[in-house]
Amino acid sequence: MLGTAKLMPNVPLTEPAATAVSIRNLSVRFGDRNNEFTALSDVSVDIPEGAFVTMLGPSGCGKSTLLRCVADLVHISDGSISVFGRSPQQAREARDFAFVFQDATLLPWRNVIDNVRLPLEVGKHAQTGDHADPHELLAMVGLTGRENALPHELSGGMRQRVAIARALITRPRILLMDEPFGALDEITRDRLNEELLRVWQETGTTILFVTHSIPEAAFLGQNVLMLQAHPGRVKEFMKVDLPFPRSLAVRDTVEFIGVTAHLRRLLEECL
Amino acid sequence: MSHVVSSTAKTEADRKIALLDATAGVLAKHMPAISAAVGLVVLWQFVVWFFKIPTFMAPSPVDVAYAFRDNAGILWTNMLPTILEAFLGFVFGNLVAILLAIWFVHSATAEKAFYPIAVFIKAIPIIALAPILVLIFGNGLAPKIIIAGLICFFPTLVNMVQGLKSASPAMLDLMRVLSASNTEILWKVRLPSSMPFLFAALKIAATSSVMGAIVAEWIGSSFGLGALIIEATYNFRSPLLYATVVIAAVLAVVLFFIVSVIEARMIRWKPAGSH
Repeated sequence: MLGTAKLMPNVPLTEPAATAVSIRNLSVRFGDRNNEFTALSDVSVDIPEGAFVTMLGPSGCGKSTLLRCVADLVHISDGSISVFGRSPQQAREARDFAFVFQDATLLPWRNVIDNVRLPLEVGKHAQTGDHADPHELLAMVGLTGRENALPHELSGGMRQRVAIARALITRPRILLMDEPFGALDEITRDRLNEELLRVWQETGTTILFVTHSIPEAAFLGQNVLMLQAHPGRVKEFMKVDLPFPRSLAVRDTVEFIGVTAHLRRLLEECL
Repeated sequence: MSHVVSSTAKTEADRKIALLDATAGVLAKHMPAISAAVGLVVLWQFVVWFFKIPTFMAPSPVDVAYAFRDNAGILWTNMLPTILEAFLGFVFGNLVAILLAIWFVHSATAEKAFYPIAVFIKAIPIIALAPILVLIFGNGLAPKIIIAGLICFFPTLVNMVQGLKSASPAMLDLMRVLSASNTEILWKVRLPSSMPFLFAALKIAATSSVMGAIVAEWIGSSFGLGALIIEATYNFRSPLLYATVVIAAVLAVVLFFIVSVIEARMIRWKPAGSH
């Protein structure tokens, strides 16, 4: 059975938990007065702590922009974002979140272990706090033994695993992921999806995950935040009623197909 | 004990064999180039001999070889100042270019203000600039070093600016999420990613710094390979002229080779996405 929940500001959607990210009436406009483009308009949503939320929508709906607003990479025009009660800038300096890009963005002259350690070497004025063991993280993403490899010696999937390990080194409370597996082949993507769910359950990190793959959004998310375009706004914030832990086999169940069918219908309504 | 000695002797022999193999391998690889060079020299000797070309017009390879032997002292004493000028010009010209490029990348105003001036300086023919600098700085080492430096300066500036800007936007986003300072971004991202661009420029600068030093020595200088070229030309000492030119070329090739070796040792990575 499919459970959907309409967005209700200030009301937790799942069982009562602390709010990790609270977005209120957020608008983002680009360009000058003559040539203004509204990327996001009046977006409000609460992300509970520990949740795995996937963000889906047609291209131009501003899902990446929304993620970049939380990460303090895009200037907010109106409204507010609070990350554990702090502004995005304060949260960034406190290392509350880590970001994983579509491109692995590894430093090509550094080997795997030094790339994973990068966040510990920069941002001296930021509160770095305690951190995870890089070797344990590499073991978690299945790269033990490749510590000294250079990025160009790794496959695309392996590079993205290194990027995930690097993001986790500061023990972030939130992981922001912008289509991290978008450039990978389907088999690699499936395997990394499964591993990401395992990492999520091992670390308890809140994850915000942008994708444009319907099966990926349904497989990974506890909730799916559906956005529509022109201007970018919330279409629906729905719960995915599939039990955890999920394995790839769940994608063959009737329930899963029901979720993806519903998402596809919503996506078509957005066009 | 004897066992240890014999084993080291054996590895020593192995090393020698390996070295011989490597030398033979390099020779075999460059055989076409070596044969072509030897063939051209032989052809040159034959043409001079067959057409009875006078030595002052074009000396034969044998004449040039004799010139090396007879003028070893003169060639040596004039090579040293040219090496010094080319080297110091190379160091200062590139250093100024690198520092200026770092400034340009951090200040759009500085780039807008000084980049056109840098282009203008580049547009002045170096041979026209030499007399001006000799008038200002006299006839010592200084004007030669400045000209050798100027000739290195521009390619390095252009490449270095491009190299420092070559870091991907995603990479800079990552550094921002990590709250990295501009200094940290410079040391951790911009400078390392500019290295391939820098070395491309340094290889050009290595050969052109020798050219700059020699051109500067043409203007009323009493020392250096450039002065020797002028003197040998006016006195019709053609074998000496050719010997000087060969030394100048070898000097440029050696500098190029040194830069290439340093590059190969420093840059072992490949840019992201190159597979």
